[in-house]
Amino acid sequence: MTSLITPNSIEQSQRMGKNLESGYKLTVENLHKSYGDHQVLKGVSLKANKGDVISLIGASGSGKSTFLRCINFLETPTDGSMTLDGKQIPMVKDKHGLRVAQAADLQRLRTRLAMVFQHFNLWSHLSVMDNITLAPQRVLGVKKADAEQAAREYLEKVGLPSRVASQYPGFLSGGQQQRVAIARALAMEPEILLFDEPTSALDPELVGEVLKVLQALAEEGRTMLMVTHEMAFAKRVSSQILFLHQGLVEEQGGADILTNPRSERLQQFLSNGLK
Amino acid sequence: MIELLQEYWKSFLYTDGTEITGLAMTLWLLTASIVLGFLGAIPLAIARVSERAYIRWPVQFYTYLFRGTPLYIQLLICYTGIYSIAAVRSQPVLDAFFRDAMNCTILAFALNTCAYTTEIFAGAIRNIPYGELEAAKAYGLNGWRLNAFVVVPSALRRALPYYSNEVILMLHSTSVAFTATIPDILKIARDANSETFLTFQSFGIGALIYLALSFALVGLFRLAERRWLSFLGPVH
Repeated sequence: MTSLITPNSIEQSQRMGKNLESGYKLTVENLHKSYGDHQVLKGVSLKANKGDVISLIGASGSGKSTFLRCINFLETPTDGSMTLDGKQIPMVKDKHGLRVAQAADLQRLRTRLAMVFQHFNLWSHLSVMDNITLAPQRVLGVKKADAEQAAREYLEKVGLPSRVASQYPGFLSGGQQQRVAIARALAMEPEILLFDEPTSALDPELVGEVLKVLQALAEEGRTMLMVTHEMAFAKRVSSQILFLHQGLVEEQGGADILTNPRSERLQQFLSNGLK
Repeated sequence: MIELLQEYWKSFLYTDGTEITGLAMTLWLLTASIVLGFLGAIPLAIARVSERAYIRWPVQFYTYLFRGTPLYIQLLICYTGIYSIAAVRSQPVLDAFFRDAMNCTILAFALNTCAYTTEIFAGAIRNIPYGELEAAKAYGLNGWRLNAFVVVPSALRRALPYYSNEVILMLHSTSVAFTATIPDILKIARDANSETFLTFQSFGIGALIYLALSFALVGLFRLAERRWLSFLGPVH
């Protein structure tokens, strides 16, 4: 596996004033995942520096969502290894696959990687405010008043008026719900944001408002891993792009691989109108 | 009719002069069994949907047993059946407990409503969208935190319409308590009937009290639904 440091990511890291020698924020080595005999991931690796925006693209069934979900162990990988901030995540293997050895470590890992889901997955019985403050309060131990103060700031950041704080998610549009979900992720003050097709469940006219928020986050220098079908957007914000095909990284590089794809598969994928 | 009311209104409502009777007794039976059943049903419902069969099955067996037999038989077994066992009578604590009709009645009622409530809550837990549980896990809520902050609060709200039904059915079920000598509304109605032979009036008054109670409970649950079920959104 060649180094994934692209000119773009070096530039971005330097802009952030980060020293590359200090190591990667997140590395994933040789991740495998199978369901029974069916191999979904056949050894996918990734290296992310702080401030990287990495887009995972590929056709349905290429394993990109599974890869993202394996990173925070919503799926149990079959094989592979991970480091976060240069530290190996201790894992044990059992009959289901790889687990994080200690439950406390898994919990800690998950609080450092905040996930935004395709279908928002907001807690429907809680108000927007409670959705954003629940995990900071109950998992990180933040005081209620502080959590609520932060929640109001994050709501503003994702461009929602403060009056939505008292509403239930079911009363909001998809775009608003996804922005609440992004605020919920930000409230964890995570080191890495994971986005699993954040705009795929939205009506076309609502996609823009969410992409705008994502772009602002990327420009802030946040480390982001994103599964997306929005090619134009990926081209605009990504420092790295991984093109997955049948469980393998078929092509990877900077945003320019979308303009000049080398592999035939990526050329095909891009010409199929999924742009 | 007027004489009947003059003679029995106190007994129908709260006391016959020596003990609590009528409406007050029925309310006590209902409250005690509902509260105990509710408290038992929360952990049991979580166990009922457990991925582990050895946790799930005993609960399933319990709810099957108590939902599969009539409450009247359960009461008879608790009240007379258990006490007829010599081993129970020779044990001072058990002897004292099962000699008391009230203990036996509340035990039978609580076990019965707990079984139904467990299934109602378990169904509500299964109805929580899977993505919401996944999100909770992804945000580090696991084990008891997952249950205490996401699963149980969400399930209890979703269960409200079904649970209100169970409470009203339980209210009506408390009327078998008279067979264990508990002086509830129906017992007073029977007493009034056998004293006065005003059968229609005696049982009619009893029925009206049950009706008023049901009406009040329905109203309370409607308020509760407005408060706790509105999250389901404008589409519901």
